[in-house]
Amino acid sequence: MRSGQPKYKTSEEVDFVVIGSGAAGGILAKELSTNGFRVVVLEQGPYLTESDFTHDEIKVLQEDLLTNHPKLQPNTFRKTPNEKAKHQRVLAYGRCVGGTSVHFTANFWRFHEIDFVERNRIGAIPGTGFADWPITYADLEPYYTKVEWEIGVSGLAGASPFDPPRSKPYPMPPLPVKSSGVIFERAARKLGWHPFPTPMAILSQPRPGRGACANCGFCLAFGCEVGAKSSSLAAAIRVAERTGRCEIRPNSYVHRIETDASGRAVGAVYFDEQRITHLQKAKAVIVCANGAETPRLLLLSANKQFPEGLANSSGLVGKYLMLNSYASALGLFEHPLNDYKGYAASRVLHDFYELDPQKVGFYGGGGLDARFDFTPITFAMGGYPLSGAPGGLPPNTPRWGKAFKDAISYNFTRTMRIGCHGTSLPLEANSFSLDPELKDAWGLPALRMTYKNHPDDLKLEAWQVGRALELLDAAGAVKTWHDPIEEDNFAFHLLGTCRMGNDPKTSVINPDHRAHDVKNLFLCDGSSLVTSGRGQPTMTIEALAFRAADRITALAKRGEV
Amino acid sequence: MNNSLSRRRFLSHGISGLSSAWITAHWPAVLSAADHAHRAAQSVTPPKFEFFSSEQAAEVDAIAARIIPADGTPGAREAGVVYFIDRALTTFASDDQKTYKEGLPELQARLRELFPAVERFSAATPEQQDEVLRSLDDHAPVPARPFRPRPAAQSFFETLRQHTIAGFLIDPDAGGNRDGAGWKVIGREREHMFQPPFGYYDKDYPGWQPLPKDADKK
Repeated sequence: MRSGQPKYKTSEEVDFVVIGSGAAGGILAKELSTNGFRVVVLEQGPYLTESDFTHDEIKVLQEDLLTNHPKLQPNTFRKTPNEKAKHQRVLAYGRCVGGTSVHFTANFWRFHEIDFVERNRIGAIPGTGFADWPITYADLEPYYTKVEWEIGVSGLAGASPFDPPRSKPYPMPPLPVKSSGVIFERAARKLGWHPFPTPMAILSQPRPGRGACANCGFCLAFGCEVGAKSSSLAAAIRVAERTGRCEIRPNSYVHRIETDASGRAVGAVYFDEQRITHLQKAKAVIVCANGAETPRLLLLSANKQFPEGLANSSGLVGKYLMLNSYASALGLFEHPLNDYKGYAASRVLHDFYELDPQKVGFYGGGGLDARFDFTPITFAMGGYPLSGAPGGLPPNTPRWGKAFKDAISYNFTRTMRIGCHGTSLPLEANSFSLDPELKDAWGLPALRMTYKNHPDDLKLEAWQVGRALELLDAAGAVKTWHDPIEEDNFAFHLLGTCRMGNDPKTSVINPDHRAHDVKNLFLCDGSSLVTSGRGQPTMTIEALAFRAADRITALAKRGEV
Repeated sequence: MNNSLSRRRFLSHGISGLSSAWITAHWPAVLSAADHAHRAAQSVTPPKFEFFSSEQAAEVDAIAARIIPADGTPGAREAGVVYFIDRALTTFASDDQKTYKEGLPELQARLRELFPAVERFSAATPEQQDEVLRSLDDHAPVPARPFRPRPAAQSFFETLRQHTIAGFLIDPDAGGNRDGAGWKVIGREREHMFQPPFGYYDKDYPGWQPLPKDADKK
C-alpha cells in the first residue's frame, strides 16, 4: 500500500511540501499529485494502517495511540490573557497519517448559506470579531459535492427542509438507523421538527479496497479497521501515493518554515524520528497542521524579517479561536436500544440552525443529533481522555459496589445521548500561542490555549439542552439529565486561528488560501474558517481543501506561485 | 494457527448473528475484521504477576471484588481484573505505582484502625471491607462534562476504582475482562460486527418516510 511512493531528497526542490496529512493535507496531497505536481507530505505522527487499529480503549484513549501525546507535547491553559497559564492538557488532535479524520465521528453536515454571510444579515456583535467570509456557499458548493463523491459520504438529499442547495445527490444511501435515531425521529416529528438521516463520512456501500461499515461500535476516537470511515488515510492518501509523485513522510515534526532574503518560503525544517533536523526544499509550502499547530508553526518561524511570526503582519495568527459550543442531554429508556452497535449518530435536525437573536436573546444556532458515542469504559466512567467522570450514567449514581454494577448493567443498552452542536463567536483573546516557559520534548515552546466562552455560546448551549430534554420527554424517556453548562477548557474543534479574508489587516490568508505576507505560503485547515459553522467543521475543511487545490493548481500553472 | 483456520473460526463464531446476504455485501469488511480478531487473539498474554507480590495481589483482588461485586453475575474478581491492574502498573499506568505502594499500607492502617482484630483486608467480611473502602473514598471532585482533562493527582481508592472498571469492561481481546465477563454483565454482545436491527426501537422501523409538508421550507 505504500509501494510506488517516490523518495525525494530533502535537497531536491519539490513542487509542494504539505505539512500535515489530515482532513485538509490528505486532500491537497491527492489533488496536487493527481494534477502532476511533486509533493512531499510531512506528518509528525506515525504511519498507521487498518491493521494497527484496535478496539483497545486503553491504548487509544489513555495511551494516545492516534492522538497528540500530553507528555511529549505538554500544553498550558488560561482563561484570559492577563493570567499566567497553568500546565494542563488542552486539546486532542490526530497525530498519525490521516490526522484527526482517522478517529473522528465523521458527522458530515455542509455549512449552510447563512454561515458565510451572517454578519451582514444580523449586524456586528460588539466585542467580537464576528465577520463574513470572502467566499460564499455557492463558491464552495461544487467542492462539497466533490467531497461527498470522492471520499464517500452516506446521506439522503432532500430529507431536511433546511438543507442548502446541492448540485448532486449523495453517492450512497444513509447508514442504517439506530434505535436512538428512531426514538429521536418519532419524538421530533411529534414536536413538529424535521429530523433527517445524518450525513456521515462512512461508507454504507463498499468501494474498491474499502469495506462498508460493519457496525463494530468502536467508531468515535478509534481508527476504522475495515476502511469504511472516509478518513484521509482511507480515501485520499492512497490515491496520492498511487500517482507515483507523492511521498508521505511520517514521524517528521516540522518546527520552522524557512524563508529567504526576499521573504519567500524555501521549505520546511523538521525533526525526523531520531530528532535529526532536515530542511525539505519546496517551491511552495502548504500548512495543514490544524487550527492549533498551524498558528504555532507560524509563530515558531519568527525571524528577523518576520519578528512576530511568519504571515503575522495582522497580528491575528492564533487568534479568534472557536471551538464550537457543545453540550448534551441523556435519556434512559424502558427497552434496550443496543446503541453501542454501529456508528455514533443516525438522526439529526437543523430546525434551530438560525435562531433569531431578537427572539431568543442571544446570537447562535445549531443542530441536535441522536447519538451513542460511548465505549463500555467511557460509559461507566466517562470522558475522553478517560477522566473518572460520570460518563453515560445519571448524576449521583453510586460510583462503586452493587448499585454501581446494577446501573451499568441496566443502563448501558438503554441509554442515548442528544448532542447539541452549535456556534461559537470569535473573540480576539481566545487563542493558541507559544507558552513563554514550558517546552515540549523537543525543546520547543509548548502550545498555550487562552479561552473563555462568549456568554452567548453558553446561552445557546443551555437553550439547545432545553430542546433536547423536551425531545427526550416527548420520546417517553424513563429518566433524563444533562451535562452541566460550563466554560470550555479543552478543545477538539480548532477553528479560526488564521482566518481567511480580503484585507491583510484583518485576516491571515486570502481567498486562495495564500498567506497575505508570503507569496508561496498557503494555509488550509480549520484555521482558515471565518465563522464556526454549527458544530461539524470537517466537511467544510475538506471542501476548502479541494477548492484550495484548484486555486493553487491554477496559480502554479500560471507561474504565479 | 494458520490464517485461513483463524478466519474460519472467526467466521463461525465472530459473526454468528449475521445473515448471509449481509455477509456477502460486507465481505471485504468481514475478512478485515477476521484478520483483526486473529491478531488480537494471539496478542493476549498469559496471566502472571509482574508488579504485585501474591499478598498484594490478594488485597487488590479483594478491593476490586467490592468495587464490582459478584452477585449472581460475575464481578471484577471473576473477570480477572487484578491481572489487568498488575499489567497496567508496568505499562500504561506505571505512573501510578507509587499510588499503589503507598495506598496498600494506608489501607492496612485504616483496617487496623476500624477493625483491630482483622489481619488483612482480604480476610475481612464484605461489610467490613465496604466500611474501610467508604472511609477511603474521598469523592474527589471529578470533571462532570464529557471532555475535561483528568485531575493530576487522585487518591489510591479512585485510582483503583478506575483501573477496576477499565479491567472489567475493556475489550476482552485487549488483555482484561476475562471471558468477556464484564460485557456479559452490561449486555454488550461479543461479536466483532453487527447487522441491523440493533435494538428494540429500530426493529420495526418502516424505513424513511418523508413528511408531506416538507415541501414548504420553514
